[in-house]
Amino acid sequence: MAIVRANVLICAGSACVSSRAYEFKESLLKALEEAGIREEVNVVDTGCVGTCDLGPVAIVYPDGVFYVRLKPEDAKTIVNEHLLKGRIVNRLLYQQAMTKEVFPSLSEIDFVAKQKRIVLRNMGIINPESIEEYIAREGYQALAKALTMDPEEVIDTVKRSGLRGRGGAGFPTGLKWELTRKAKGNPKYVICNGDEGDPGAFMDRSILEGDPHSVIEGMMIAGYAVGASKGFFYVRAEYPLAIKRLEIALEQARNYGLIGENILGTGFSFDIELRRGSGAFVCGEETALIASIEGRRGEPRPRPPYPANKGLWDKPTVINNVETLANIAPIILNGAEWFSSIGTEKSKGTKVFALAGKVNNTGLIEVPFGTSLREIVFEVGGGIPGGKKFKAAQTGGPSGGCIPAEYLDLPLDYESLKQIGAIVGSGGLIIMDEDTCMVDVARFFLEFTQSESCGKCPPCRVGTRKMLDILERIINGEGEEGDIERLIELGNEIKQDSLCGLGQTAPNPVLSTIRFFRDEYEAHIKEKRCPAKSCRALIAYQVIPDKCKGCGICARVCPVGAAQGKPREIHFIDKDLCIKCGDCFAKCPFGAIEKVDILLVKT
Amino acid sequence: MKSLEDLKRIREQAQAQIRLRTQEANTKIIVGMGTCGIAAGARETLMAILDELAKRNIQDVVVTQTGCVGLCEYEPLVNVVKPGQPKITYMKVTPERARQIIASHIVNDQVINEWVLSTEEGV
Ligand SMILES: Cc1cc2nc3c(=O)[nH]c(=O)nc-3n(C[C@H](O)[C@H](O)[C@H](O)COP(=O)(O)O)c2cc1C
Ligand code: SF4
Ligand code: SF4
Ligand code: FES
Ligand code: FES
Repeated sequence: MAIVRANVLICAGSACVSSRAYEFKESLLKALEEAGIREEVNVVDTGCVGTCDLGPVAIVYPDGVFYVRLKPEDAKTIVNEHLLKGRIVNRLLYQQAMTKEVFPSLSEIDFVAKQKRIVLRNMGIINPESIEEYIAREGYQALAKALTMDPEEVIDTVKRSGLRGRGGAGFPTGLKWELTRKAKGNPKYVICNGDEGDPGAFMDRSILEGDPHSVIEGMMIAGYAVGASKGFFYVRAEYPLAIKRLEIALEQARNYGLIGENILGTGFSFDIELRRGSGAFVCGEETALIASIEGRRGEPRPRPPYPANKGLWDKPTVINNVETLANIAPIILNGAEWFSSIGTEKSKGTKVFALAGKVNNTGLIEVPFGTSLREIVFEVGGGIPGGKKFKAAQTGGPSGGCIPAEYLDLPLDYESLKQIGAIVGSGGLIIMDEDTCMVDVARFFLEFTQSESCGKCPPCRVGTRKMLDILERIINGEGEEGDIERLIELGNEIKQDSLCGLGQTAPNPVLSTIRFFRDEYEAHIKEKRCPAKSCRALIAYQVIPDKCKGCGICARVCPVGAAQGKPREIHFIDKDLCIKCGDCFAKCPFGAIEKVDILLVKT
Repeated sequence: MKSLEDLKRIREQAQAQIRLRTQEANTKIIVGMGTCGIAAGARETLMAILDELAKRNIQDVVVTQTGCVGLCEYEPLVNVVKPGQPKITYMKVTPERARQIIASHIVNDQVINEWVLSTEEGV
């Protein structure tokens, strides 16, 4: 038998797969074959490494060298240089965005070095389709340990750890389990909520794709603790890879007898079923989700009663988010004290965020609670592209709010964010720079919730429509005196009178941007001006004559012939033809085109 | 899998599979694999090192390669770096020498001075 001397782990997360990771893998295998070292090098798929924008990515062990933006052609170079001769291929290494510094190993790069990986502990290390590799990393040890404890003891451990639900509301997980254990009724159920409907969120998908066994193990421990013998995964149908990996994992666990009857000879039996979600945002709400599993329409119902008492088929049910469950095994193994030593006073552990927007390193990150936005944006995130100024971050997606620059140093946790009108939410984190219009941000999220409202209750259905109409008027330069007050009033009514969390939180992005950026709303309404120069109706493009070299590029890229001029002469933009696509602005090599307030050009 | 013992057994077997990705690098053996190194038989040396480590079931040693260092006449070159010790560079390491280096230097901490080309502090 040949001795394996190197492992190449190729990220097989959704993003990397769609940027052709498997093609790279194919040519890597071929190149290894040609070099005659196929036997010495193991090539393994792994879960999302986090740097999804740089995909496909691969890590070469034992050195831990991290390669990015891999093309199939690069495989040969890696084999001939690195794997054969031990020479690191510099041009394929990660480069720090601001300093242009090059880092060979994954653990050194700014994006990873500042993270604390509990939930993402196995990403980039194990193959998600191999239960053995999961077991090698202490997998199912926590289940084995839990089964030797009393269920009450398990619950007590989770309670003392301080773990709170990662699905949005932040409800203490141990308490939820205790309520379900104590609730009357049999059988009891566990549900894992993998609906993940926030636009831009992909934390739960990545966890299911990259380490499905960790969620399965968490669910089984939950089942043991509350006295359930059946669990359901509810995963949105748009996540085919997550579903596939989960199916494989369930099958492997079943074959090993880790799911089924009399698990590890302890007398505990547990079975798991997988259900595909329809994809509606509201189906992530727990009562709607339960209705959907029961085969009814995915519509919310009033709470109480809570699922802990009356859940699936009216039986006591624990419903937990994917990330919540992925935290369970480490807590059981390492103890409540270990977990509660991480984070802040009332928010323990870490949070996984999908970092997106105007930041150099986007992707999946995991940081302890109490980390500041400044650390996330400028250290993990590597700063803002193009040297632009940070303006605000949006957390919690369409249910959340914004954090303006003056709170860059606020330690992020459930309480601190709530205090400033934002939420931790499920983990969407969108960074905005000076070019982002906050009114438009509010409109974007409200448009989403408005279209996702199930329509069951009027405040949500009608109220969000009214608010959206006002926002659209404002953005189009047709805002009126009193619009801001109307938005606040409508927002508060919707929050109070809606049946479920969707309606109850839908106005948050609007209310929160009004709170911190009221001047921007006022500029739109009173001066018909968009300070970020982003709202199309309120800006115009024009040529700065002094800077124009007459190169004619603008005239060539303009799709409607609005940018005009004779070769080598100063060009101009015909305001009546211009559709404000911004192409000329982006392409002018001399910076000779500017965005201006529309009022300035009308006169 | 019927018991905790079964789980433990599977874990131990599987740990070998992911060893390269997870272990803290203790001792490092670095083989010079420039073009001339390969011509001088560095690949055979590398294979001998891996084979000897496997035979002795030595787990905490990482074997990597490095490119040409411009000392072609001494190839194959093998560096041994133990934590807290200077880097030892051995020259003309044939597969036989490689096996002896493992037996003597890696296992028993005895540097084979006769074959040492250079010693470098502070790595
Ligand atoms: C409109 C709406 C959508 C939701 N979507 C999700 C979701 O996609 N995933 C999720 O885990 N929780 C979602 N929730 C929260 C769930 O209702 C529930 O609180 C959560 O699954 C409980 O798990 P946790 O305690 O582990 O966070 C949503 C809530 C609302 C109101
Ligand atoms: S608040 Fe909105 S989404 Fe929720 S039940 Fe009412 S109409 Fe449906
Ligand atoms: S692209 Fe810029 S420099 Fe060239 S003609 Fe247009 S405005 Fe002038
Ligand atoms: S999917 Fe590959 S890094 Fe995220
Ligand atoms: S038409 Fe004027 S910018 Fe595109």
